[in-house]
Amino acid sequence: MTRILAPLGILAELTHRCPLQCGYCSNPLELLKANRELSTGDWISTFRQAASLGVLQVHLSGGEPTLRKDLDQIIACLAENGIYSNLITAGVSFSREDLSRFRQAGLDHIQISFQGALPETTELVGHLKGAHEKKRAAAGWAVDLGLPLTINAPIHKLNIHEVPDFVALALELGAERLEIANVQYYGWAHLNRAALLPSYDAVMAQVEYVHDIRERLTGILNIDFVTPDYYADYPKPCMGGWGADAMAITPDGQVLPCHAAQTISSLTFDRVTEKSLSEIWHHSDAFNRYRGDSWMPETCRSCERKDIDFGGCRCQAFAVTGSAAETDPACIKSPYHAHLRKMPAEGPIQRRVIGKSPQPA
Amino acid sequence: MLLSEPFVPRESQRLIIGPDSHPVLHRHVRLRRDEIRGKWVILAPEKVLWPDEISVEILSRCTGKISVATLSQDLAKAYDAPADQVEADVIEFLQEWADRLLIRTEETPS
Ligand code: SF4
Ligand code: SF4
Repeated sequence: MTRILAPLGILAELTHRCPLQCGYCSNPLELLKANRELSTGDWISTFRQAASLGVLQVHLSGGEPTLRKDLDQIIACLAENGIYSNLITAGVSFSREDLSRFRQAGLDHIQISFQGALPETTELVGHLKGAHEKKRAAAGWAVDLGLPLTINAPIHKLNIHEVPDFVALALELGAERLEIANVQYYGWAHLNRAALLPSYDAVMAQVEYVHDIRERLTGILNIDFVTPDYYADYPKPCMGGWGADAMAITPDGQVLPCHAAQTISSLTFDRVTEKSLSEIWHHSDAFNRYRGDSWMPETCRSCERKDIDFGGCRCQAFAVTGSAAETDPACIKSPYHAHLRKMPAEGPIQRRVIGKSPQPA
Repeated sequence: MLLSEPFVPRESQRLIIGPDSHPVLHRHVRLRRDEIRGKWVILAPEKVLWPDEISVEILSRCTGKISVATLSQDLAKAYDAPADQVEADVIEFLQEWADRLLIRTEETPS
């Protein structure tokens, strides 16, 4: 049996509702309507349990978390329990007054996503008119209110050439941190992968640029880089390992070992409305299935990198091979490594719409 | 891809820590006691750090009110160690933390 340590972090997806429609959304293909969402009381009880389990950080995400009317109560509950709160938002659906209320409730940090570094790109990707200017205003309010700011830039074919502009934008807006996050291809992004995956040359140029600029901006801007793995020899590490120190909770209270775990259709998940968080963390089948290394195929179990990447991404393994217990196909040792780059014909990007499942490409 | 140098606003230059700096934790950084694990912890966006005992001694003195020199003398006394060696170590430690944007400095009160 793998020893189970206390969890450190939770990604709380408060809602699937969102004013944007990005083609790489990490929400499941089947989006939940508002009437399926947990109540304020459910979230508060969950976060109190989380604190006593050892959780130190909560990322409030969605969809768009600021569409929840009770967001200040939720933030206040985290602050009371000493949990570091991070609001992950698109930055288009709240006012300066709202943000000031969140701050007063005890919000520690805000992360605003920009779909492009230029207004045209932000609109092209997110499909919301005027979004870029709204985001810039929201970032300005955050800085004014003394709220630490991260700019999040999800990178793919349509905006990879804007990476230097994202750096300039983050500096101009006065952000502490820039997250250059190459889109990971499961869920919506996997569906739209042919239209989103950048070319090999573009990826290599980006990697070189980011390493260089990060060095030059030491002490000025923190740049976190989520590298693309489609062209790598080894997979990215799966957090600290599956079920090692983090979990995600869906708008209707299902507790997942990873925010994309619902793409693995062979897993079932427990709900905070039915079981205690502690019971779920320690005993849920979804968590225990890929904890430690006993589930690993021989390729990984005998590999010296298994404590570095934990066999890679379970969701990517499932998406590409049909089995979540396979070696991540991003790994050169995977028999499916070549499959990873086989793309379906490129079609139009399918947008997320609540209440309508997309057609697989 | 264009590899131009981005424009860096003047107020955001790399911070250099010296004996007269008055260090303080950045506003996005929290140092707190984790009672469940019985350890001190540093919380920052997407980061959880477990500072060792001596790091905690330094960081908990980073209030923006005392200089690196004073802080180092304090520590030297508490640990019965040579003051100049302690100061050099403290500066090196804080420079690294400043480069990771975990520490900033209060303008020296004039
Ligand atoms: S074989 Fe498994 S553990 Fe080894 S590098 Fe590949 S994915 Fe990682
Ligand atoms: S399984 Fe994949 S998507 Fe999930 S946390 Fe691990 S690496 Fe990330």
